[in-house]
Amino acid sequence: MIHFVLLISRQGKVRLTKWYLPYSQKERTKVIRELGGVILSRGPKLCNFVDWRGFKVVYKRYASLYFCMCIDQDDNELEVLEIIHHFVEILDRYFGSVCELDLIFNFHKAYYILDELLLAGELQESSKKTVARLIAAQVFCLMEPCCFSGFTFQ
Amino acid sequence: MSGPSLMDSLFQRSLEDLIKGLRQQLIGEQAFISKSLEEIRKEIKSTDLSTKSTALLKLSYLSNLHFHDMSFAAFPALEVLSSPRFSHKKIAYQAISLSFHDSTPVLLLITNHLRKDLNSTNEFEVSLSLQCLSRIANVDLARDLTPEVFTLLSSNKLYVRKRAVAVVLRVFEKYPDSVRVCFKRLVENLENSDPQILSAVVGVFAELACKDPRSYLPLAPEFYKILVDSKNNWVSIKVLKIFSKLAPLEPRLAKRVVEPICDLMRNTGAKSLLFECIRTVVTSLCENESAVRLAVGKVREFLVDEDPNLKYLGLQALRIVAEKHLWAVSENKEVVIKSLSNADPNIKIESLRLVMAMVSEHNVSEISRVLVNYALKSDPVFCNEILGSILSTCSRNLYEIIVDFDWYVSLLGEMSRIPHCQMGDEIENQLIDVGLRVKDVRPELVRVARDLLIDPALLGNSFLHGVLSAAAWASGEYVEFSRNPLELVEALLQPRTNLLPPSIRAIYIQSAFKVLVFCLHTCFMRGKNIAPSASLDNMPAGVSASASYESFEDFSVENGADAAVVHDQTCASAPITKESIVNILNLVELALGPLLGSHDVEVQERARNLLGFVDLTKPGILNSSIQEKEDSEGKGVETSKIIKLMHDAFSKELGPVSSSAQGKVSLPDGLVLKENLGDLEMICGDIEPPSSNSFSFGSPYEEEKDGLSFSNLQIKEANEQSNESTSLLAEHRKRHGLYYLPSGKSEIISNDYPPANDPTLQGDINDNTDDLVKLTAESLVPKRKPNHGKPRPVVVKLDEVDEKPVARKQPESRDDSLSGAVRDILFGSEDIPPTSSQSNLSNSSKRKGKEKLHTDPHMESKESAVGDGNSSSRRRKDRSQGKERRHRSPRKKDDKERKDTGQKEKKKGSGRHKSRQRAEEPLKVPAQTPVIPDFLL
Repeated sequence: MIHFVLLISRQGKVRLTKWYLPYSQKERTKVIRELGGVILSRGPKLCNFVDWRGFKVVYKRYASLYFCMCIDQDDNELEVLEIIHHFVEILDRYFGSVCELDLIFNFHKAYYILDELLLAGELQESSKKTVARLIAAQVFCLMEPCCFSGFTFQ
Repeated sequence: MSGPSLMDSLFQRSLEDLIKGLRQQLIGEQAFISKSLEEIRKEIKSTDLSTKSTALLKLSYLSNLHFHDMSFAAFPALEVLSSPRFSHKKIAYQAISLSFHDSTPVLLLITNHLRKDLNSTNEFEVSLSLQCLSRIANVDLARDLTPEVFTLLSSNKLYVRKRAVAVVLRVFEKYPDSVRVCFKRLVENLENSDPQILSAVVGVFAELACKDPRSYLPLAPEFYKILVDSKNNWVSIKVLKIFSKLAPLEPRLAKRVVEPICDLMRNTGAKSLLFECIRTVVTSLCENESAVRLAVGKVREFLVDEDPNLKYLGLQALRIVAEKHLWAVSENKEVVIKSLSNADPNIKIESLRLVMAMVSEHNVSEISRVLVNYALKSDPVFCNEILGSILSTCSRNLYEIIVDFDWYVSLLGEMSRIPHCQMGDEIENQLIDVGLRVKDVRPELVRVARDLLIDPALLGNSFLHGVLSAAAWASGEYVEFSRNPLELVEALLQPRTNLLPPSIRAIYIQSAFKVLVFCLHTCFMRGKNIAPSASLDNMPAGVSASASYESFEDFSVENGADAAVVHDQTCASAPITKESIVNILNLVELALGPLLGSHDVEVQERARNLLGFVDLTKPGILNSSIQEKEDSEGKGVETSKIIKLMHDAFSKELGPVSSSAQGKVSLPDGLVLKENLGDLEMICGDIEPPSSNSFSFGSPYEEEKDGLSFSNLQIKEANEQSNESTSLLAEHRKRHGLYYLPSGKSEIISNDYPPANDPTLQGDINDNTDDLVKLTAESLVPKRKPNHGKPRPVVVKLDEVDEKPVARKQPESRDDSLSGAVRDILFGSEDIPPTSSQSNLSNSSKRKGKEKLHTDPHMESKESAVGDGNSSSRRRKDRSQGKERRHRSPRKKDDKERKDTGQKEKKKGSGRHKSRQRAEEPLKVPAQTPVIPDFLL
């Protein structure tokens, strides 16, 4: 299963984190500091897997952003790479050629998309179309009552 | 709503404002964040749910990306959760799954909220609630919400159902008894046609099977069907994972699945699926030769691929194969060796492991040579990785692959000279260990030790201090094999030894002591034997030498061999004359004088010992050398007595000590073991206790003969080497005129020596890996038996201790409550009541405390019926049981029985009848393995 998902920018800024196992806040900072150091320092033409504390971290760089997922030792690395790519494609479809700024300003939306994609550390939805439809439906759900309150959820 | 809070909510910053502000702030990020946190703390107390939820959203953002504590918002999050609005709920759930943990105090209050949302008609609310449950579930939550999750497992909304399936895994983990309620429904979902649900269910089983595969063997037919039918790669990968866990448990299953897996491997275009097939074959189906061949073929494709990911995974797969099929590695050795120079450190390390897997007793020296050369030009990290793996491979099982220990010891010496070497401690251990265990290697060990000690550059490298201490110890302990002991004393007392830490310095002094005693003893014994006829200086061989006596090194080089053979059988090839002895004694006094005031007690004491000894013996030696008359005989005798005494004290051989030796010593009366002896350990840490079977006085001489013949064999080569190193020493002396002056204690000696093994000097090392390949290409194939010059020397082994206790224990199936519950469901709840106790014996023995369920399986099914309280689900369950029964239950007993009688029945038709008859008879042997349906046979 996937233990956590991290999005880290090339400068080492954290753009999104999602933890599927209980990590304390202290552990989270430590994990990010450690992994950020390891992953950002790796050159462009190396393999996308890093051994880390007995787990494997699969990462892939898209433009200025590193997508990292931590998995168990006997999980399939290539499958996880595909999940990462799947996630990026969905983001791309949702935001329309996604870039880092989209994720910065729509942090919570990226978060919701990830929630549709993964649940309890497992892939939930392998169809891009379905995820897009589900997100649209939920945004509709979100919008409706907000119209009355004057508070708009962006 | 009060006025100010209305104002607050009107002018509240949204999340977007916060993010923008954070990017544009001028006051520093931390300051801005703490200011925002202050705002949030205020806003979160607002009674207006919109204000509160926005504050919570901002807080989750700060917590998620800037890791600020949000535990203070636990209760407000619950308040927002109770809002009827979906948008609020979503924010609240996000905050809760981000910040709640098992010890959050308000966790108790969330149960009802979750239950309400699990029962909601809005599928998105259900989904949110499930998601949250998967993350924060503890025992209580899992127990209380099991009925809801159970209901959702058969929800007609696919979206909800597949999420419930995924979450059920967490519920099982936290509250194993929920398995009794939910398991049947989970299994039903295996037959669902929707690929998404199938993927979720198979994912759950893949995780479950990782923990306790044996319990899921009965489901093998369902998994098999999925494996054959599935068109979805995500599902196939998960099913393969399950089979890789199940196949090793049941050989018949392995035979059955190997064909479909090979088909998949041949036909699939997806690399991830292909890799999973390969991994399944190499981990779990490695008995099947043809499948392994096919897999290795595919691995080869990975290895030659440009993509570093595939290369890395290919190497990894190869490493798994290597355990049982070494040929697979040898077939791909070119690629493997080329990968040693890959840019990616991960790939390099994998290929290094593979290269080490190929090492055998025939090629160990060639491979090590190549690797050591390679280590010379690698980066420090990988260099040490290489050295570490050479060391651990060679020392495996008491050096079982080493035949030529002389070679190995010199390799150890060479490794310690590699500039980046940081494995000093391991080399130290092995040098001493080999010295103690292998008698035949000692002459070579002393030679290697001498080369290390004599090189002043090595003293500056703190990583090598361990190696140097081992070298010093070996040269002191086995000094009788040394060809020039006096040189050793000089090396051990050279001024740069003050760079050593005190503990090692003490070893140096102690070794110098041993060597000195040996020199004196040799000299005196010989003096006694020869003196009556002729004094040393008058001897024919010595005459010419004494003329040019200024440097005894020359002498030793030219005449050393002759001298050793002609005069003295104690193996010292450099003649030890009175003058040289006196010189050495002076040197000792010079070098150790300052150490009498050392702050380190150990150094101080050893220095004092040695100086005391010199004081005792020096007058005698001086007298005898000056006068050479009978009247000094009285004193000379006394001196020689002292020397003999000391020599005897040091000549007891030290053997390896078994780690359990202490346990064999009976406890003397009146000994208080509770007293803290920690302080003693520091002082005595480097003293090896002598073995019980000490050798008699005569024994060293026997060994010396061996040593002598050895030195005769290699004398030519050794001469060249000693030429080189003695000139090194001479050069060193030239540079440091103050060598013969007392060096101040606090004086720091400049560390300006060139590194021991400057890579720039190593011009002859082949720099490209093609040569590397060529070198090993032949050596990797163990084609012929190499003709070893001499038989493998005896390696001393200690009784039972050195034999590593091989873990023979089978990995016991984890008998935790979860798998117990699963077994109950899969094996125990069949409708057939057990006719006799033995039909359930194997299961019930594992399930302590649950006997009640076994004695009456009807009751259990009743219980679970009460648990769901839903007639339709009951019907469904019955149907499914009926289905299972169709291909399983009627022959359940047969199966068990069949296994008991040794799996003799292969024919289905008649065998079945027979076994059924036999099943009525009471069985003596309890069933050992769980049931596999006939379907697979």
